[in-house]
Amino acid sequence: MAELEPIVGRYLRLALAGRRHRVYFEEAGQGIPLVCLHTAGADGRQFRHLMNDEAVTRHYRVLAFDMPWHGKSLPPAGWQDEEYTLTTRGYVDLIMTFITTLGLERPVVLGCSIGGKIVLELARLHAKSFRALIGLESADYQAPWYDDTGWLHRSDVHGGEVSGALMSGLIAPQSPEETRWDTLWMYMQGGPGVFKGDLFFYRADGDFRDRVSQIDTSACPLYLLTGEYDFSCTPEDTLRTAAKIKGARVTIMKEIGHFPMSENPAQFRRYLLPVLDEIKAHSA
Amino acid sequence: MPGVFETLPALVNGNAALVRRGRYCTTTFLVEVGDTAWLISVHEGRVEKVERGPFLMRAWSFAVRAPAAAWQKFWEPVPAPGYHDIFAMTKGGHARVEGNLQPLMANLRFIKDLLAAPRSSRRA
Repeated sequence: MAELEPIVGRYLRLALAGRRHRVYFEEAGQGIPLVCLHTAGADGRQFRHLMNDEAVTRHYRVLAFDMPWHGKSLPPAGWQDEEYTLTTRGYVDLIMTFITTLGLERPVVLGCSIGGKIVLELARLHAKSFRALIGLESADYQAPWYDDTGWLHRSDVHGGEVSGALMSGLIAPQSPEETRWDTLWMYMQGGPGVFKGDLFFYRADGDFRDRVSQIDTSACPLYLLTGEYDFSCTPEDTLRTAAKIKGARVTIMKEIGHFPMSENPAQFRRYLLPVLDEIKAHSA
Repeated sequence: MPGVFETLPALVNGNAALVRRGRYCTTTFLVEVGDTAWLISVHEGRVEKVERGPFLMRAWSFAVRAPAAAWQKFWEPVPAPGYHDIFAMTKGGHARVEGNLQPLMANLRFIKDLLAAPRSSRRA
């Protein structure tokens, strides 16, 4: 008997900023759409444990796309002559286009790191389009822990190796070996300069300190969950952000770092399942 | 604390997977534990020499400096948040990483594992 997982992958054709894109996504489950946004320099495989978790997929249709330039989504034609840079506007456009093209009705969006950060902008600009928003390792701003992202893309340092090595520190020491190294493999596989291009959004363009107080959680509930071992987006960064947003719900997760769903799925589901249950109860 | 670095050659060179990870790394770097300086010479992933300072006019590529108490926390079997990674310590102001960083960044996972190697011997 073949041991098939319930996850199915497909390609979706999208126009983004007037250019043709072919975006890969995976999905599993049925019910409330739950769109998952991967971290910078990684891809949708980070959500494979969530998609294999019946407690989630019984009531949720879990979807995760690979951003263009990431995973199995190719860069758009002509990429060879440009430098990839993720912007707030481009990221919001990608998410909204994916959701409307697939006809997902008032989905929940769960994003981590850059995905957690963009959730704040979705909450501010498009609250009514969502049933709830969940930001993991999310803050309006986080101080950098190294000045020069140039280390991620130069000829005398292997971009994949150094990305994996940098990210290794953001994983909690308690996370199991297998899922720790899975998480790092995705970083090691990233295309040249892609992680660096994502960090432009994470560090510079996505400084939302001047606007998160505009978020109205009565239009859409907002949950923020951050791991205690995350020194990129620290618990203090998330707590400071939440303090500016009336009604935001914060949880600091024990024995977790920057990649909850991927580095320690068993520990993460203890925090996520009650949130998903609450969202389901309110949307019944 | 004295003795932690003396055990490095055995800890690293006895770990075939770690030596393989560092097989492109050949450099001498400085580690400071409080006022005590150590020069660690690596050749193709093997720790060739560990010397204790003080040093006079010695060359090294990069330096990692932290107070003894910070290293002590870093080497705990399950370190606390903020002390579980050298860059967690630099961001928190508990450590400094300086000098020519290219050999460090080009072999980052190997150097991080080397610096964390004393953790495993303290698990027993």
